[in-house]
Amino acid sequence: MINDRELEVLINEVFEYHGFDFSGYSRASLKRRVDRLYQMDGFKNLGEMLSRVRTEPDYFKRMIEEITVNVTEMFRDPLFYKVLREEIVPVLATKPFIRLWHAGCASGEEVYSMAIVLQEANLLHKSLIYATDINPQVLNTAKRGIFPLQMMKQYSENYRISGGKKDFSDYYTANYGFAKFSSDLSAKMVYSEHSLVSDGSFNEFDLILCRNVLIYFDKELQERAFTLFDNSLAKLGYLALGTKETLKFSSLQKRYKQLNKDKIWKKTE
Amino acid sequence: MEENRVMHNYKVLIIGGSAGSLEVLMELLPQLTIIPSFAIVLVLHRKTAEDSTLEELISHKSKITVREVEDKTPLQPGFIYVAPSDYHLLFEANDILSLDTSEKINYSRPSIDVSFESAAEVYGSSLAAILLSGANADGTEGLLAIKKAGGNIVVQMPETAQMPFMPNNAVINTDPHHVLDVNGILEFILNLNK
Repeated sequence: MINDRELEVLINEVFEYHGFDFSGYSRASLKRRVDRLYQMDGFKNLGEMLSRVRTEPDYFKRMIEEITVNVTEMFRDPLFYKVLREEIVPVLATKPFIRLWHAGCASGEEVYSMAIVLQEANLLHKSLIYATDINPQVLNTAKRGIFPLQMMKQYSENYRISGGKKDFSDYYTANYGFAKFSSDLSAKMVYSEHSLVSDGSFNEFDLILCRNVLIYFDKELQERAFTLFDNSLAKLGYLALGTKETLKFSSLQKRYKQLNKDKIWKKTE
Repeated sequence: MEENRVMHNYKVLIIGGSAGSLEVLMELLPQLTIIPSFAIVLVLHRKTAEDSTLEELISHKSKITVREVEDKTPLQPGFIYVAPSDYHLLFEANDILSLDTSEKINYSRPSIDVSFESAAEVYGSSLAAILLSGANADGTEGLLAIKKAGGNIVVQMPETAQMPFMPNNAVINTDPHHVLDVNGILEFILNLNK
């Protein structure tokens, strides 16, 4: 187990050597993640860990992968997607061109879900989904659109609960234990590395989705991300968060109106 | 363990439970009226995602207000907080709750160990913890962490638990300060107010 002071030393070293800034991450979760890695890799003291982090680029990669949480699924929280389909997509449909940003998309399962929703509303042809993450490895998975076949049972159930009417298997080809999603879907996705910690706004969007990413940030960094989203949202654009995330504790909330009890906020000014 | 009550100024009572624990809470909660000096945090294994019926049930049974837990919710004395399904519940310094969707621990999310260990780090000796009925080993490691940090640990008497495995595992491995039946647990909580 590392202590609080050692965690701060690690955060500083990682920033100094790799320019990767964890200082705004929620400490309770970050400490657990670091401790988990520390134990998994059998370090005896922090010095050993620091030395590998400093000198081995591959180890640093591993560390980023293990510390950041990339748990995701298709149509995660199906009822959220139901609300998207029923309340948000019809509004987006009125626009000549629809720009979406999926911030912190991990391996892309939710990006494909969104593309399916848009295609079923016959809007995908005039949409573009920008999907970003800080972790290049997970972006590669997302770009390929190949996911474990064993997950499809649950995903297809999620899809059905979200209001999907088709046979979910129409969207992928199964092969050797993997499901490859149709390139019609990925044709409208643009993947790129982007850090909510240090990068700025790069376009204006009608809908920004950032789900279960901000829970890993402290309040200050959350405020930075909210400001970034605010600067990147068109007037009357929507911000969608994870089921237990909220704009309630942010100073920006007064400029937004929450959709019923759902985790979707509309920019009002 | 009378000296504990005098020496400790409890800020948080955390209760963990799995199968068979809800019945215990349904018996305990209606008998609590006010908890002016501390907050109660419930970490229960739950079956389905997006299930808010547990909060509703607890709200309905309790005279103490149940606060919905969202990420970065402030933890305040006088309220009950329930760990949401499918997230681990963590404690930040400055009395703030945060959430985490990382892998399940002991096949569970929320995991009792995760919340107990996190609470131990922040609250140390101003933490009391109770582990109730359940059929898996979750909670034992967490109780050990709390004990080590100076907190007060209580386990439901296995003979009185619908599912004795979880409390029994904790009794064997943690040497808890108290092993109590439901009435004893009620008395313990009422005494925290003093």
